[in-house]
Amino acid sequence: MVLVPVSTVSTRNHPTDSWRIQRPTIQYDKCIRCMICWKYCPDNAINIENGDERAPNDRVAKMEYPVIDYNFCKGCGICANECPEKCIDMEFEVIE
Amino acid sequence: MKSVSEFRTIMTGNDAVAYGAKLARVKFISAYPITPQTTIVEKLASMIANDELDAKYVEVESEHSALAAVFASELTGVRSYTATSSHGLLYMHEMLHWVAGQRLPIVMSVVNRAIGPPWNIWADQSDTINQRDTGWMQVYSESNQEAMDTIIMGYKIAENADVMLPLMSMEDAFILSHTSEPVSMRNQDLINEYLPDLDLKFRIDPENPMGYGSYDTPDGSFMELKKDMVDSMGKARKVIMQETEKFNEIFETNYGGLVERYRMDDADYAIIAMGTVASTARFVVDKLRGKGMNVGLIRIRYFRPFPYDEILADLKNVKSAGIIDRSVSFGYAGATYSEVVSGLYGRINIPVSSFITGIGGRDVRSEDIENIAETIRKGSNGTYWINVKRVI
Repeated sequence: MVLVPVSTVSTRNHPTDSWRIQRPTIQYDKCIRCMICWKYCPDNAINIENGDERAPNDRVAKMEYPVIDYNFCKGCGICANECPEKCIDMEFEVIE
Repeated sequence: MKSVSEFRTIMTGNDAVAYGAKLARVKFISAYPITPQTTIVEKLASMIANDELDAKYVEVESEHSALAAVFASELTGVRSYTATSSHGLLYMHEMLHWVAGQRLPIVMSVVNRAIGPPWNIWADQSDTINQRDTGWMQVYSESNQEAMDTIIMGYKIAENADVMLPLMSMEDAFILSHTSEPVSMRNQDLINEYLPDLDLKFRIDPENPMGYGSYDTPDGSFMELKKDMVDSMGKARKVIMQETEKFNEIFETNYGGLVERYRMDDADYAIIAMGTVASTARFVVDKLRGKGMNVGLIRIRYFRPFPYDEILADLKNVKSAGIIDRSVSFGYAGATYSEVVSGLYGRINIPVSSFITGIGGRDVRSEDIENIAETIRKGSNGTYWINVKRVI
């Protein structure tokens, strides 16, 4: 028998949040739920969730909306760069 | 009683290798054309097009992609094959490590060709010697028949549960690849008995998902995985001997295992060579024996794992030895020379000289090897370039 490099442990058990220098924050009152950030995230660190009352109007409030998974976001800023409404802010992480 | 060979015919080394892959029942082939390898995969592509071979052929845009495609298909548990030469092999370098590190028993044919600049398509083993530290086993053939049979033996050895390392099977450019020789087509039924279907334990399986190509840390298993590859190379020595012996019994051949010895039993001087140069050296051994010089030949078949013990056992009884390299290692002697002398160090102390010749396909003539034998007889520790011109 030989040793083979396969992993049976999910990458969910290996958070990469400590890699982040800048933290993206979505301004939900400006977000139009286009999901472009979700499409562009290279790390699948943006999830889709159902209806949110922080939406700018009732119609948008019923739509699915993007939520950043801060356990895995590495802070690359691609979402902020691609956002057509420029409603994702990048701010330096503060170590408390 | 089955006949060990279906028929005997004349074919080039590259055709023989393509039939070797067919006999080994490869199911997936991906390659990028490069002289002098191209006719191997051309032949395989035509076999698939004519329904003579049940396999998938994928055209890609580079050698790096060819080996990446083969990596992926082998990882699903499908016996896979590719072939390349020279610059194509260098372009595969990263993937060579991935294949070996993932423990995929892929067999690849390499037609040894010089590396530029300047562009040169002729025989030179520098391309594969460059890849000696990638974790692939390396076999250098000397005839078209051996090149065919090595593909079949190669899969059997590589797929052994204690080995699980890929194997490169070499032919010298044009001297084997494009030269026709009589070759016996092996009996498919006997090959099927010798080489069962691939049963890859850690293959991609949707029912049992696992992570491939994940990362590892200094405190993880990285170092252990690398050591295990070295251990498997060690175990491969025994497996090579067993499987070659089994093949010899079935097909009435007489391949050596890691090395092949010629008139070494009573030799005072030893020539060590690899690939087709060994054929010329064998002719020279006979000629010099006729003149009363007790010279013998050790032909290295496997460069990885390297046959230290076999060479040491033979060199114990000789007065001096010389190693012919058809490759260049800049800054030191020939690569085979440095392997051999490091194996001998502290165990036997005889003069061993290094001979570099046949670079870029320059003809290696019998008179060159006679000169080499004469230098060996004098007992020398030098490095010599043979048949090199004075360039002003």
